Amino acid sequence: ASCVQHRLVVRDASSLQLLQLYTCLDQIQYIEWSSDSLFILCALYKRGIVQVWSLEQPAWHCRIDEGSAGLVASCWSPDGRHILNTTEFHLRITVWSLCTKSVSYIKYPKACQQGVVFTKDGRYMAVAERRDCKDFISIFVCSNWQLLRHFDTETQDLSGIEWAPNGCVLAAWDTCLEYKVLLYSLDGRLLSSFRAYEWPLGVKSIAWSPSSQFLAIGSFDEKVRILNHVTWKKITELDHPATIASKKTIVYKEVEKSPTVDTERLSFPPTRELASSLFSTQSKYDISQVPVSLQYVKPVADRANPKVGVGMLAFSADNCFLATKNDNIPNAVWIWDIRKLKLSVVLEQLCTIQCFQWDPCQPRLAVCTGTSRVYLWSPAGCVVVQVPGEGDFQIVSLSWHSSGDSMVLLSKDNFCVCYLEREEV
Amino acid sequence: MGDWKTITVPVLSSDSKNILSYTSERKISPTSMNSQVLRFSLPSSKNMHSFFSAFCTEENIEQSISYIDRELTTLGFPSIYAESKGKELNLVSIINCMNELLALQHKNLRAQEEVEMQHMKLGSDMDHLQNCYAKLKDQLELSKREIVGLQERDRQLQSKNRNLHQLLKNEKDEVQKLQNIISSRATQYNHDMKRKEREYNKLKERLHQLVMNKKDKKIAMEILNCVGRADGKRGAWRTDKTEARNEEEMYKVLLSDYEQRQKQLLLENAELKKVLQQMKKDIISLLPPQKQKPKEKSEDGLVLSDQEEDIGELNKENMWELSCETVREQLTNSIRKQWRMLKNHVEKLDNQVSRGHSGALNEKDVISREDHELETEKLELEIQQCKEMIKTQQQLLQQQLTCDDDTTLLLQDCYLLEERERLQEEWRLFREQKKNFEKERKSFTEAAIRLGLERKAFEEDRGAWLKHQFLTMTADCKSENATTPSAFLRSKYLVQIMFLHSSEPDIRLVKSASRQRKPPSVLSTPVSAETCQYIAQNSVASEKPAADNLPNLWVESDDKEETE
Repeated sequence: ASCVQHRLVVRDASSLQLLQLYTCLDQIQYIEWSSDSLFILCALYKRGIVQVWSLEQPAWHCRIDEGSAGLVASCWSPDGRHILNTTEFHLRITVWSLCTKSVSYIKYPKACQQGVVFTKDGRYMAVAERRDCKDFISIFVCSNWQLLRHFDTETQDLSGIEWAPNGCVLAAWDTCLEYKVLLYSLDGRLLSSFRAYEWPLGVKSIAWSPSSQFLAIGSFDEKVRILNHVTWKKITELDHPATIASKKTIVYKEVEKSPTVDTERLSFPPTRELASSLFSTQSKYDISQVPVSLQYVKPVADRANPKVGVGMLAFSADNCFLATKNDNIPNAVWIWDIRKLKLSVVLEQLCTIQCFQWDPCQPRLAVCTGTSRVYLWSPAGCVVVQVPGEGDFQIVSLSWHSSGDSMVLLSKDNFCVCYLEREEV
Repeated sequence: MGDWKTITVPVLSSDSKNILSYTSERKISPTSMNSQVLRFSLPSSKNMHSFFSAFCTEENIEQSISYIDRELTTLGFPSIYAESKGKELNLVSIINCMNELLALQHKNLRAQEEVEMQHMKLGSDMDHLQNCYAKLKDQLELSKREIVGLQERDRQLQSKNRNLHQLLKNEKDEVQKLQNIISSRATQYNHDMKRKEREYNKLKERLHQLVMNKKDKKIAMEILNCVGRADGKRGAWRTDKTEARNEEEMYKVLLSDYEQRQKQLLLENAELKKVLQQMKKDIISLLPPQKQKPKEKSEDGLVLSDQEEDIGELNKENMWELSCETVREQLTNSIRKQWRMLKNHVEKLDNQVSRGHSGALNEKDVISREDHELETEKLELEIQQCKEMIKTQQQLLQQQLTCDDDTTLLLQDCYLLEERERLQEEWRLFREQKKNFEKERKSFTEAAIRLGLERKAFEEDRGAWLKHQFLTMTADCKSENATTPSAFLRSKYLVQIMFLHSSEPDIRLVKSASRQRKPPSVLSTPVSAETCQYIAQNSVASEKPAADNLPNLWVESDDKEETE
């Protein structure tokens, strides 16, 4: 599904054939599929309206109007039948039910990075709240929206919460002014708290490993600390220095390849594809010899939210690899082998990394840097894929299909789908 | 003796001018007398004469003789006068005195020489010493200057050190101050933040009230029709029971997670324990065999008892599963002990090797040597055995090679006969089995034919029964009007019947027939639904080729079992 201005376009994932076309009242800011893929919600933040469309019955429609309360965020509940709207100024979260047309309110939600999280099995929802200058977390049961637990956290200013994939542990971390990560069990008990250091800027990003065994914490001091689920103590610190000296690390460097043109085959006037191939730069990967020094960007000291530290963390689906990006070295993706807790590969690109995502089935990483190329890495090697077509297609973000066979590449105005062939066995 | 003084003999004044400073006359006198130093030296020949003539002239011979006599007697020489009074001179005594005087003179010369030599030596020593002294003084000066310089440097360095210490202290103080400032600012910011937040909260509350109060109809949900829940169930009311149930479920989730984790940990533990046991066994086997040496007895005793204990432990399998503290500790302690012993053993061996290279022997080596000897004995035995084996083999080979042709032929024949007999036996067995198989096959074909006949009969029966059913059902259908699922199923059922009538009879249908016979009279919809399902399954299964019946009979019967 994609939205253009005020129209919602639904296409088939394998053939990109147009299936449905819906029109909304105003420009759509946000769309989301329901968990059973039967409904799509379109949020129009400016108007404060959420419209829901059904795929099975195109004539069915639903409109939720928040009126003067305004709308800041909207999302589905995991059962696909409730919509949670966050009103302006984070006044409250209203839970609208599509089954019973009933409304529930959650008061005092917290305006932070990640305030509402659902467990992977969709049973429980944790909401970060703030009352009287104190942070609280409420855990609700998603089936009937009953409050299960409500407890306070020892944080100064709760910045985000995240469930572990096994649904039993909730990680909460503090604002970047304080390094503090708290781990709560499902019934609200504090299991452990982790604090690496006191004064410098703290946690930037957090990721759970898919088996819930490890919690990776990326901080502003360019290090990733990994905690284990048995003792909740740090098992290792992964550093991101600008120079890589270890012989066991493979460094793939993206190198521009000058376009080769057969002078014999030049025709006049030049065909379109020839022209595009002449002007678009090809690139390929080269293995750089260790030691390699990467491009290091020193951050401006005065600004808030400096581009320092480990900003992106992602575990691979088979729990074997961890991909990180150090914002100080914005062109490189660091891939760590979790079984050995060592750096295994560094991908050095020509431009700043915009986004990377792991394949949900295999240990395959797709990286985009704002150029018209998508980069794939797997333990077997890495490859540069050029998006064919005329003009520039600046890939800003990408998203894998849940089967791992295809992925969507998004640029500012367009998107394309990249299909990956399965190996014939 | 006396004083050496230069003397000018006033008595002999006439030649006093000729008396140079170096002429002297030895004069020994008491202090009251002439205080004159005589410097004695060999006068020059000219002066000698004048000197000699100056002292004694023809006028004062008597006086000079008496003077000389007086002098000589005071010196201890015998008098030069003869014994009788008068002025007769004793020549002998004079000559003796002269000789004595000459001897004295020689002696004195020599003494003077020596003294002069000594004097010169002393003089040179003195010079030398003075030089040394001068040099040492210079050195002293230099070292004093150096010392002063070094002291200066030391002072400078110390002052620098003090400065650095001071700087460090200042820096530390500054850091402390900055930290204090930071913490105070942080608290201030927190306080301010809290104040702002409270204001903000108040605004939010106000806004919230306004929003809620307005109650404009705009805040509403417009929905075409309610959608069913995703899981198909109806929503439940929120009651205390549901709360309790929620709690229960939550705890169940937590508990199952913990149980899973515990299981994993138990498995891991069991594996690790197994590994440890294995390691222990290996270590025990690696340790040297027990000896009856008194030195090792204590060790041996320990090892033996340990081994016995361990073996006892190993035999108790349930020990592995126990996870209580004592068992765990025992295991780890015993492994540590064994490992230590192994380490000691390896160290001993290392030492032995190194000492063996150097050739020295100690008491410790005695034990190891015994080891070594035992080993060598063993090896020798082995070698002997091998040699014997080789010999026997060689003999056999020789026999084979050199024995008569007849015997070889006979032997070969024997082997061939054996083999032939064996083959014949096998042939017989094979033929018997073949016959058995044939018989079985015949019986199976007969059974198949019988079954086919039975099936045909059954089909006819079924056809009749189904017709009956159909007739009765159509009667029922007319009475019912609504489109209920049962009617829907019945129509399906009819379709199936039509299909089956056209298909070939199958063995499977026999089985389903037997099942159908059980509830034949009950015509309620669930049963018919069941039979429909069975028939549907079987119709699906009947797609398989029914042509190859006979040889694969029992394979198909297996399939039958599965589909049931």
